[in-house]
Amino acid sequence: MGDLITMDDLTNEEILQILSEANTLLPVARGDVYLPLLQGKVLGNLFFENSTRTRMSFETAMKRLGGEVINLSSVGSSVAKGETLYDTMQMVDGYTDIAVIRHPNQGAAQYSADAVSIPILNAGDGAGNHPTQTMLDLFTIHEAHGSLEGLNVMMVGDLRYGRTTHSLSHALVRFGAKLTLVSPESLRMPAEIVSDLKNHGADVNETEEMASSISSADVIYMTRIQKERFPDEDEYNKVAGMYKLDASDLSEAKTGMIVMHPLPRVNELRASVDSTKHARYFEQAFNGVPTRMALLCRGLGIKVPKKVK
Amino acid sequence: MSEMRRVTAICNGTAIDHIPSGHALQVLKMLRFDVGRSNPISMVMNVPSGKMGRKDVLKIEDRELNQEELDRLALIAPKASVAIIRNYSVAEKRTIELGSELINIVKCSFSNCITQNDREPLPHKLKIISSEPMEIRCSYCGKNQDIDEIVDYII
Repeated sequence: MGDLITMDDLTNEEILQILSEANTLLPVARGDVYLPLLQGKVLGNLFFENSTRTRMSFETAMKRLGGEVINLSSVGSSVAKGETLYDTMQMVDGYTDIAVIRHPNQGAAQYSADAVSIPILNAGDGAGNHPTQTMLDLFTIHEAHGSLEGLNVMMVGDLRYGRTTHSLSHALVRFGAKLTLVSPESLRMPAEIVSDLKNHGADVNETEEMASSISSADVIYMTRIQKERFPDEDEYNKVAGMYKLDASDLSEAKTGMIVMHPLPRVNELRASVDSTKHARYFEQAFNGVPTRMALLCRGLGIKVPKKVK
Repeated sequence: MSEMRRVTAICNGTAIDHIPSGHALQVLKMLRFDVGRSNPISMVMNVPSGKMGRKDVLKIEDRELNQEELDRLALIAPKASVAIIRNYSVAEKRTIELGSELINIVKCSFSNCITQNDREPLPHKLKIISSEPMEIRCSYCGKNQDIDEIVDYII
């Protein structure tokens, strides 16, 4: 099956294979080469929650490979009339060859995969997982460091609700990463995830303090404190603005260290970082296109050629 | 006097011994015997046990529990011993087995799980991650379940 619901659906070898295919597809992603590998195929882009990069990069990925895209959002569809996800997915099963789903409820992607026969790619389920983001994150890290092995990675911000860090941490520990998890007490990484990471033999350090780990980091992965996931505004206000990464904070950083962010950012990553050699978040966002091309090909069982002219 | 004889021997039915102390009511709930049944049920709680220190015992008359029902007990009384009684003697001994997945036995307790919508038709599924200590996770949302509260989420 071509589903991608959590990073457990991919072996380390498959991850590296997909990254290699994404690298091959870079000229296609940039629009320099037209390669209609997915001609005649239809992608269902199902976004029950807001998205900018994920939705657009999947659409671009599909179109650059010659495929078609149909979109569904909860506003203006029968979802607003109370249709169950199961029923909606039966329509999608009939209309498309592969579907990408983002949904506010955790578990919605696995539920959809169980409900239909077409491959399902999880583009974020509540505060659960976001494995296609992880693949583009890994692509970005691999591009910068030439490997995924044994890196020192700091994750900063909302680790409780931040689904990108959930999937990414699972993947990185499989490649021997040392993780420093920096968050306010109330936004710590969920216990079951930390338990999984430690069961993998991972070196995981949880802390509230960011500054002292910067000099040893190979990657600083900043995340936004997500206002929309807080049950009440008071709780949000207590922790909003707790972490702010500025260019001046990076004076002791390793030369090759990269700063990443799944975006959108608010105050946690200052514009002053943009012009440093460490900033990698806009490339990271672009990397969604080649990576998602490779994932669409995997989902549809289409082989990516070794070379693209 | 044997601890099993604190209650009268039953003619036909099921005896469940070695229930962790204080959990007999939960076992009845798990078996859906807490409401709407007319079978006579005897219960002893917190009696001394050589193996367990203290234990609970249940006897359900005129009903032989099937394996699917017994396997539900694995969540709260995995080491319970079960005897099917016919004509005052033990006709069969049954063991409780914890499978790898619980399908439509308990619901996920996480408020933001997709399965919280009662109109969604797919079965509730929970994966057994480990039995000692018991760790159970929703197959959809991946949230670990609180074993002490699991009885409140029985379907």
